[in-house]
Amino acid sequence: MNHQRWEHFPHEADMGIRGIGNTRDQAFEQAALAMTAVITDPVQVAAAEMVEITRAAPDDELLLVDWLNALVYEMATRKLLFSRFEVHVKDHVLNAHAFGEPMNPAKHHMAVEVKGATYTALRVAQESNGEWIAQCVVDV
Amino acid sequence: MDIALFARHTDYEWEIAPHGAMRVPAVIYADEALIRAMDHKVYEQVCNVATLPGIVKASYAMPDAHWGYGFPIGGVAAFDPDDGGVVSAGGVGFDISCGVRCLHTGLNTEDVMAVQKMLADTLYREIPAGLGSTGAIRLNQSEMDAMLAGGAAWAVKQGHGSAADLDHIEEHGQMRGARPDCVSEHAKKRQRDEMGTLGSGNHYLEVQKVVRVFDTRAAEAFGIRENDVVVSIHCGSRGLGHQIGTEFLKEMVTAASHYGIMLPDRELACAPINSPLGENYLGAMRAAINCALANRQILTHLVREVFSQVIPKARLPLLYDVSHNTCKAEEHVVDGKRRKLYVHRKGATRAFGPGHPDIPDILRAVGQPVLIGGSMGTGSYILVGTKQGEALSFSSACHGAGRAMSRHQAYKTWKGRQVIDELAARGILIRSPSGRGVAEEAPGAYKDVSAVVDAADAAGLARKVARLEPLVCIKG
Repeated sequence: MNHQRWEHFPHEADMGIRGIGNTRDQAFEQAALAMTAVITDPVQVAAAEMVEITRAAPDDELLLVDWLNALVYEMATRKLLFSRFEVHVKDHVLNAHAFGEPMNPAKHHMAVEVKGATYTALRVAQESNGEWIAQCVVDV
Repeated sequence: MDIALFARHTDYEWEIAPHGAMRVPAVIYADEALIRAMDHKVYEQVCNVATLPGIVKASYAMPDAHWGYGFPIGGVAAFDPDDGGVVSAGGVGFDISCGVRCLHTGLNTEDVMAVQKMLADTLYREIPAGLGSTGAIRLNQSEMDAMLAGGAAWAVKQGHGSAADLDHIEEHGQMRGARPDCVSEHAKKRQRDEMGTLGSGNHYLEVQKVVRVFDTRAAEAFGIRENDVVVSIHCGSRGLGHQIGTEFLKEMVTAASHYGIMLPDRELACAPINSPLGENYLGAMRAAINCALANRQILTHLVREVFSQVIPKARLPLLYDVSHNTCKAEEHVVDGKRRKLYVHRKGATRAFGPGHPDIPDILRAVGQPVLIGGSMGTGSYILVGTKQGEALSFSSACHGAGRAMSRHQAYKTWKGRQVIDELAARGILIRSPSGRGVAEEAPGAYKDVSAVVDAADAAGLARKVARLEPLVCIKG
């Protein structure tokens, strides 16, 4: 069964993002997609440019926050939006590629900026049904 | 929240006795309806803050408190550096020194309504707002460092405003103790083209009318009368502050065990004030405060240029500028002793009472203006700090209405066009690059700001001076 999907969950002031996948890697990819969806409809973002990201952290939960914050930084400094991700996590080290295109207000109808990924509601785990969850709240 | 969890001291003061690892009590200022409506997460968070080392007197939450990160939004706590006190990156938040400034216009409502649409369109054209927007200013490395050390004073030197503005800004427009060398290159890079931008989310620029004056003496001292028009700007330290928050939160989470600090929540990541990490954070955070002050000053200059085009007779002196997300070293009297404390205000406003030496001469007799932001359709308020505020909350008050509904739910409930049309029918012109952003910020997604302000007033945190309602809102 393919579990890959993303969803948002409510936070009183901001937005919870959740990636779900058959593997931890997929959950990280879907979490990134969920973060893009806070900003704009990911379907409207072409995967035209590639950015490489490498991160290491003491555990997978801190690694998820690092991964998302690396994307926040790349979005902010390169003025890019991302819609496709390839993530490989091993021993709390992440190697990833993010694909996207420059922000275009006329095309992307961006709602709100993500200021940073937080440790709130942070969780990376495999559920009893086998699916992996990667989630946290992002500050907007 | 369940009110049975509290000891009710007055109709507006609710205390949670220390339990578990709490070192001090927790106190929430609100009326019963606001307390009942608050998320239980506020209870957990205000109690968690009370466990941090060196906390003094109590962990406080203001009437607009809601679920935040580590600290509740609307959380206030003071720490004694000589008693192991800590500074918390989570206690300040990502949008360091996000705040509000309010400008007079010298105009009345009729002056503005005659050109309302032109004013809205020109402001929208000239004020960079929304995600991805950039300002006209590009700073090289030395200019960036000068801005981070100089704040609004730097901006005025660059021609963005007048020296008189500085008397009407907290810290006189320049936060001392800023350390640009403690700000990473990543943070500086993130700010490179964001000077003079409004941002997105709940940030806005509003042209507002004064619809009611509650305190004539304070209003007179502030120079406001009913039917006056003012301009309020709500924004912060932009990408630089966000990056500083991100980086120091991570560093403090990792370092907590090294300092022997048990964190009940990773978002409470902190370090001793008297430690290299604590000092570095304070240096970087103060630089971010200066970034926010400079940013609001540049935006002020842009607003003045727009008004000079549209209504040449307008003059826009600054009433006051307050910050919300800060940690500031202040002297407070605790149990009869004057102590230097580090006061965290996370989504809360400083509210010094009459006579405080840090209030500008012209306002000192009445107290510090306290600016409470609204949400497009709902009103905003100007309050004034009180003498008793020091004993109640280290001279702190609420900062806004506080959200009552998640963005998630708001987006499902409203459409941006619908919100804009409904507000236009009430005479309020909204200009925003994002219909979805408007929907997520719909007035109905916020608590009743009047209930919040009434509770702050009744609790004695600050006193109501005037109510404002929007005529034009540029929403980021």
